[in-house]
Amino acid sequence: MEVTRTKLAEGMYLTCLPAQKFKTSLLSAQFVTPLRRETVSSCALLPALLRRGTVSCPDMESLSARLDRLYGARLDCTVRKKAENQCVGFVVSLIDDRFVPGGEKLLEPAAELLGELICSPVTERGRFVESYFESEKTNLIDAIRSILNDKRDYADSRLLREMCAGEPYGVPRLGEEADAERVQLQKLYAQYQELISTARLEVFYSGSAPRARVEQAVRAALASLPRREAAGIARHRPHPARTEVLRVEEVLDVTQGKLGMGFACGSEDYTALLMGNTLFGGSSNSKLFMNVREKLSLCYYASSLYHRQKGLITVSSGIEFQNCRKAYDEILAQLAAVQRGSLEDWELEGARSTLLNAYASMGDSQGKLENFYLGQVAAGQQETPEELAEQVRQVTKERICRAMETVRLDTVYFLRGEEAVE
Amino acid sequence: MKQTFYERLGESVCRETLPNGLEICVVPKPGYTKKYAFFAVRYGGMDTRFQLGGRWLDTPAGIAHYLEHKMFDTKEGNALQELAKNGAEPNAFTANAMTGYYFDSTDHFEENLKILLSFVSVPYFTEESVAKEQGIIGQEIRMIEDNPDWQIYTRMLQALYQASPIRTSIAGTVESISHITAETLYHCHRAFYTPSNMILTVVGDVDPVHVADIARRILPREGGPVIPRDYGEEPEEVALRETSLAMEVSCPQFLTGYKCSPAREDYLRVALLGGMACDILLGDSSPLYHRLYDRGLINASFGGEFEMLPGAAYLYAGGDSKDARAVTAEIQREAERIAGEGVDEAFYQQVRRAAFGSSLRGMNSFENIAVSLTEGYFNGYDPFRFPQVFDTITRADVAAFLGENLREDRRVLSEITPR
Repeated sequence: MEVTRTKLAEGMYLTCLPAQKFKTSLLSAQFVTPLRRETVSSCALLPALLRRGTVSCPDMESLSARLDRLYGARLDCTVRKKAENQCVGFVVSLIDDRFVPGGEKLLEPAAELLGELICSPVTERGRFVESYFESEKTNLIDAIRSILNDKRDYADSRLLREMCAGEPYGVPRLGEEADAERVQLQKLYAQYQELISTARLEVFYSGSAPRARVEQAVRAALASLPRREAAGIARHRPHPARTEVLRVEEVLDVTQGKLGMGFACGSEDYTALLMGNTLFGGSSNSKLFMNVREKLSLCYYASSLYHRQKGLITVSSGIEFQNCRKAYDEILAQLAAVQRGSLEDWELEGARSTLLNAYASMGDSQGKLENFYLGQVAAGQQETPEELAEQVRQVTKERICRAMETVRLDTVYFLRGEEAVE
Repeated sequence: MKQTFYERLGESVCRETLPNGLEICVVPKPGYTKKYAFFAVRYGGMDTRFQLGGRWLDTPAGIAHYLEHKMFDTKEGNALQELAKNGAEPNAFTANAMTGYYFDSTDHFEENLKILLSFVSVPYFTEESVAKEQGIIGQEIRMIEDNPDWQIYTRMLQALYQASPIRTSIAGTVESISHITAETLYHCHRAFYTPSNMILTVVGDVDPVHVADIARRILPREGGPVIPRDYGEEPEEVALRETSLAMEVSCPQFLTGYKCSPAREDYLRVALLGGMACDILLGDSSPLYHRLYDRGLINASFGGEFEMLPGAAYLYAGGDSKDARAVTAEIQREAERIAGEGVDEAFYQQVRRAAFGSSLRGMNSFENIAVSLTEGYFNGYDPFRFPQVFDTITRADVAAFLGENLREDRRVLSEITPR
């Protein structure tokens, strides 16, 4: 499988991921811009607003009918945070031409629709349609508020916001409620034009069509896009080390407590940190799973996540309120165990196989592939999953310990219930 | 093994029933790196009352799920860790009517398959290990109790049903699981975890004959008796018209549910018909959806589905809304309109096309393939025949389905409101 990346225009690229084995093909167009408080919510609003109608299909009903006729093509609006960039756009999934009754071709009409969504929104007097704007703005505000509904996600997001306050990485992908409130109809159309003409545009295709056909379809669909010099994407900026651990506690009406812990990584040996994190809390063989859950029965979940693009590790766990201290001590004790190299061979090889399995099976999912390659371009990195897997094969226990020794506790977030007494 | 090729899906399935009664399905997937194995037992959260050795047993709510957790314990240690050592991603889930154990892996597939078959068929519990799990599952229960999606759905089922055990939470409660002992777990395993009550599905680039050989070598030679289960006598009437709970959420949410007649035959056809009826009535392309969206009564979280379980069938819909009552009234009115006027032919063809595409899309997922083959086996149908069955459904069938099933007196409303 030969992955190709072609420059189509100024700051506009097409990545082709050829594959014959899927029932579907995937076409994605993503605008990548540096994450900023000032623009985060207006960018997040755009895909949902553009999806309300184009010049040729000016309402949801005609747009849905068009998607249905393309054999239920699925059109998702996406807003993602990758490194310190925000990626907004559309992902279209359509059944592969081989399965379309009567030999109808779907790629070209799907690309055309994608082009219309981006280039030809329905407007009135040089602005977006006011009723569409108001309803999508309300939906955006509701979506931002609804993060509260899933307490695990909420706690994870609160930890990052506290830990990286003042840094782009602390900005949530949709922005905060106040950011969304500030978005104005009068300014949004100009912001939209700025985005589509200057922001980095990454197009992805996965499916059975040859590259030349995909390129032609995408070029034709985006021919009217007014491209100028690209604005560039955000580069890596490490999290500034804190001298004293930041501790935040919050009270809500919940039955289970959530303990979040954020760590800053001083090392730039990414592969060693990735392995170290997997050993620490990244799999069902990890120290956190084996000890906090299996040995002490303190929780149902306790896991850690390595944020490679920002050099952070975060721990997430759901516990009884009164067990907070116990869990906190055990999590730190397990980190110390990884740092001093108290690792058995089976743990090491298990963690390695877990990562290799994940890289090897990435090519089996169109969604994972698209997400991976988008993450790579947003971080300015070029490795393929195979190359990353090779690096994992090479990493030694010594390198893991050296890298993990630079991991320092930075922020602690604890969510507890109203009745809980310290 | 018997191989069936499904031309409209570009897929084939190899099937064999072993002498011990185990059903094996292998779906060859050339070109894929990942291999996926799913080993399932026809036993789930709703099977708490059953007959074993001529005696009716009442077991605590949550026991099938508790058993699922404890099955990973082996005499040598823990199967989860054994599989993870090989880079496999193992897990399990308990549903109302089935429990499934699975892994996916790119390397050491055969070794992993042997581990899977062996830990699920050989129980190993001690009083101590059973007691220790109380803390872990207790926290799992606390976690879902804080989850509004779970609360709203569970409470809708409790409003719809009076006697059916789908009213009880699959995981049970902290109280109910406190009565679970090693002995009850052994009883349940002996009753249900027999090859004749199970199915193994493998999806990936594997040799089907080899999969069957491994299963023959590892699993018991004998099947087991059919275990009678008691799901109670469910009346046609709903239990409760409305239910509401205040929680720490950002905006009000609702689910409205209709108690439908359970399918007696043609399970797949009823399932597809119910799904089509749902799409036509309130799917993303329906006039109702657009009307409600334009009025700000629903947002993109809105959706609906038709579900079937042993002795039960229900259609439900919901999402965030500031005025759940207005939405439910609109759904009712639209269902009655369609039942009376019929479905527009062009719209029907459009939705049918889309439904075919989205069913086909589902076949990208190995897990989805395995779960649908399993459900099909447990309910006596072949899920890969969906294109042919779609061909037999007409727009008049859809209108009739809505008229028969979306009755106001069989409707309930479950709401979650912000504190």
